[in-house]
Amino acid sequence: MKIAYYPGCTLKNRARDLDRYARETASALGCEFEEIPLWQCCGGAYTSAKDEIATKLAAVRALAAGRDMGGRVVTVCSACFNVLAQTNREFLVNPDFDFKVNNYLKGDPAYHGEASVVHYLTLLRDEIGFDAVKARVTNPLKGKKIAAYYGCLLLRPSEALAFDDPEDPSVMEDFIRALGAEPVNYSMRNECCGGYLTLEDREAAKKRSNAVVRSAAENGADFMITACPLCMYNLTKNADEKIPVRYFTDVLAEAFGLKEGAAE
Amino acid sequence: MRKIGVFVCHCGTNIAATVDVKAVAETLGREPSVVVSEDYPYMCSESGQNLIKDSIRDYGLDGIVICSCSPRMHENTFRKAAASAGLNPYMVEIANIREQCSWIHKDKAEATEKAILLGKAAIAKVLLNTPLIAGESGVVKRALVIGGGIAGIQTALDIAEAGFPVDIVEQKPTIGGKMAQLDKTFPTLDCSACILTPKMVDCAQNENIKIYSYSEIESVSGFVGNFTVKIRRKARYVDETKCTGCGLCTEKCPVKKVPNEFNLGLDNRRAVYIPFAQAVPKIAAIDADYCNMLKNGKCGLCSKVCTVGAIDYKQEDTFVEERYGAIVAATGYEIADVSRYGEYAYNQSKDVVTSLELERLMNAAGPTGGTLLRPSDGKHPHTIVFVQCVGSRCTPDKGKPYCSKICCMYTAKHAMLIREKYPDTEVYVFYIDVRTPGKNFDEFWRRAVEEFGVHYIKGAVGKISPRPDGTLDVQGSDLLMDEQLHISADLVVLAAAIEPSKTARSLATMLTASMDTNDFFTEAHPKLRPVESPTAGIFLSGVCQGPKDIPETVAQASACAAKVIGLLSKDKLKGNPCVAHSDEMMCNGCSNCANVCPYGAITYSDKEFRMPDRTTKTRRVAWVNPAVCQGCGACTVACPSGAMDLLGFSNSQIMAEVDALCR
Amino acid sequence: MNDLKDRVVRMSGSRVERCMRCGKCSATCPSYEDMEYHPHEFVYLVERGDVEKLLASESIYKCLTCFACVERCPRGVEPAKVVEAVRLIAVREQGKNRLKPDDLPALTDADLPGQALATALRKYAK
Repeated sequence: MKIAYYPGCTLKNRARDLDRYARETASALGCEFEEIPLWQCCGGAYTSAKDEIATKLAAVRALAAGRDMGGRVVTVCSACFNVLAQTNREFLVNPDFDFKVNNYLKGDPAYHGEASVVHYLTLLRDEIGFDAVKARVTNPLKGKKIAAYYGCLLLRPSEALAFDDPEDPSVMEDFIRALGAEPVNYSMRNECCGGYLTLEDREAAKKRSNAVVRSAAENGADFMITACPLCMYNLTKNADEKIPVRYFTDVLAEAFGLKEGAAE
Repeated sequence: MRKIGVFVCHCGTNIAATVDVKAVAETLGREPSVVVSEDYPYMCSESGQNLIKDSIRDYGLDGIVICSCSPRMHENTFRKAAASAGLNPYMVEIANIREQCSWIHKDKAEATEKAILLGKAAIAKVLLNTPLIAGESGVVKRALVIGGGIAGIQTALDIAEAGFPVDIVEQKPTIGGKMAQLDKTFPTLDCSACILTPKMVDCAQNENIKIYSYSEIESVSGFVGNFTVKIRRKARYVDETKCTGCGLCTEKCPVKKVPNEFNLGLDNRRAVYIPFAQAVPKIAAIDADYCNMLKNGKCGLCSKVCTVGAIDYKQEDTFVEERYGAIVAATGYEIADVSRYGEYAYNQSKDVVTSLELERLMNAAGPTGGTLLRPSDGKHPHTIVFVQCVGSRCTPDKGKPYCSKICCMYTAKHAMLIREKYPDTEVYVFYIDVRTPGKNFDEFWRRAVEEFGVHYIKGAVGKISPRPDGTLDVQGSDLLMDEQLHISADLVVLAAAIEPSKTARSLATMLTASMDTNDFFTEAHPKLRPVESPTAGIFLSGVCQGPKDIPETVAQASACAAKVIGLLSKDKLKGNPCVAHSDEMMCNGCSNCANVCPYGAITYSDKEFRMPDRTTKTRRVAWVNPAVCQGCGACTVACPSGAMDLLGFSNSQIMAEVDALCR
Repeated sequence: MNDLKDRVVRMSGSRVERCMRCGKCSATCPSYEDMEYHPHEFVYLVERGDVEKLLASESIYKCLTCFACVERCPRGVEPAKVVEAVRLIAVREQGKNRLKPDDLPALTDADLPGQALATALRKYAK
């Protein structure tokens, strides 16, 4: 299986492992991530204002490329997933947006929301299947208690993302089980880490990270997993309590035995 | 040449302020065939009616047009007046110049012009009216009540008291409904079972009442006064005529882990069970999903211990067919699913419960014997948070758009009872509004605050988080303090929205009774005919029509019974003569009309027709049963050959009206 | 005044008049204690046409756009979109960028992902 892949900027510098292990594990499962040529930064955040058109054009270009490369775009970063999926949704609910975007882009053919956006986690769940993931595991993470951290960007707004139950998600927990580890249920897993507020008001952002990490620690987590570089930053840098935080692809690569000699 | 009279009503200033009634009367008076045209301040008054009657006699009128309010209001009044003056009541036409004219226009000249047009259309129609005579049909003197909760019970008792036989069909093995599950009732705090069970026993003992428990409606046909209903009696694998309700089988059954629906799954029952001690009828039932004998033929213990040989594993569903003059829907409600609001953690913690579950947790016959204990660890809760409006008052995509109406009061009741019995327990109630209209209702919730020290917080709960120490972190807002607060609770109670029974929609289809978008039955008139369905002979009792508490349900149930009694007291029913009929010479037997008829009034038969060459030919033609037809006219529109026509609203009459408007 | 309200309503697409004042948005907001005006007050002030108070408040920079309020609002009001619209009106004004590229070096460290800078510029600058 080949699928158009949108890595996003951060995966090309600060979060190289998130990118590398995503490709390697996917390929180990028989799925080739085909990088969209000449992709541009998604902007990091989706702006909900109806009159914001220009800031969404890069995402539309990626979506149009996905359409032309087989109809789908897979992402690994939560933020990219959120931006692409929300942008795509806007085509379906807002004809004015469709009109203005195509006026700008003059793409050939015009883009009308034909592509679908998938996250690597839902690709694992819905198409590859966690049974296949489990079967591929050579190095099960036995006895590890892992806290899945969803944050906001994977889940909300659920209407546009259709990723998982926004209040009681399970895809990452099922993922953890497939790797032979034990998921830790904790109530802050779908609450915000502090996000970009870390640049505006670090003290306020710290409160958020602290609440999340404390909740995971209280429930006995050995480490946390995330799909988002900004969450990773906030949870490791801002929280007073220290629990290791890892990318889910990193953990997946470990379970697949693909990490020998990898840069840690 | 017909002689038509026109009567223009002022309706005080309702019409006259916007429509020049004199000009209307004068203009219409110049229409061909009109021999008299008058205006009058209140045509519906006795003197107004006398004006009409006198004119009919004096001018020998053979048709009249009343320019007044909607025919929904006074058509009947004027038809009766006409009849008393010797004119066939169906020679009366109403031009609605109030709702459809004066009330919706501001410009007097425009409104007057429109009133004149409406009058002309009515004159054009009445010129083609024919005298109609309503047919008569008999009334089967037996009523059917669907649903055996307090609504159905009360309606059945009242009908039976009036001397008419009445059958209750209840899908559960016992009557009693939701009220049987409640602990105490507001605002008097008397025990629910203590006031309900005597009524249940009355039902069982009343010789006019027959209870079909564990039964469902299979099909309904017929029409007001003469319905035929097929009832499915589900196999309970226990012979009702033999079982004494001793309960021995329910003690010996080895299958012990069946979720007990009467206690909302908070404890277990056996595979053979009697729902609760005061069940009516007190007859056991075997749950086929769990019984080992029925599943794999291995057991048979209940049969061995039964001293009267009532157990019958071979029992099958049976059917009863019965005729009824009237049918009452009393299908009640269910608790809406609160697990869709994941932020309240209902699926994540056993200590987040619905209010109905709390009723069982406080009830002496409940899983905890009446001591309030947490479902998770059986410990006594010291801090309890109530959350109001869970799933009510939402936009339709988020939940129910209506207020469930009973939650404010039962929450005050719960809070009060808990504070009274366990003074060491702190009780918080998050509310958006406290809605307590009703006799002694507002006083009731004030007592919860003023005498029992319940903490009412104006605000909502945003998230409930189960914590490792077994407590629940309740994150809410206090809008009066403009604060976000966290309460560490041992138990959280959700005031879940109520919704109509899941069975109501399919039943409504069988009854051809209309429903609103929330699946509540629609009443014939929201104010003036609140216990009748728009479908003749179908009556509404209890929450199936809209959220209501017990006092209101009982009042409505009795009102419903009064309407049923009124119907059953009649020997003959006058039908509506404005029904469809098919011109057999034009009918091509295509079935379009039967397919669109919502009342099942149209049937087909093969008829022999003599052809011009004296041969005969058999053709399939439609026939409308005038007793079933409600005169909606759907068939006349669907008919491709123009064979179907509606008496009183014929195609030619309607075309004449349109012509008059376009002239 | 009403001009501003119209702009907020148009930009956010929020139906502020649907609010039944339950306060669930403020019950769920993670930034609550760092805000002077809380989500329900944003909705209420916009409904009243009192947008200037909000424009002048630091609260507009504290919203995390985490969408918890949007997800949980029983009336589909979408408070976070209201906050975003008000903030955009503020930063789009000439010279009113909350965050300037020149500020960034001081706020950055070796681990900060580029995503954070991109996002912050989206949120705090035009």
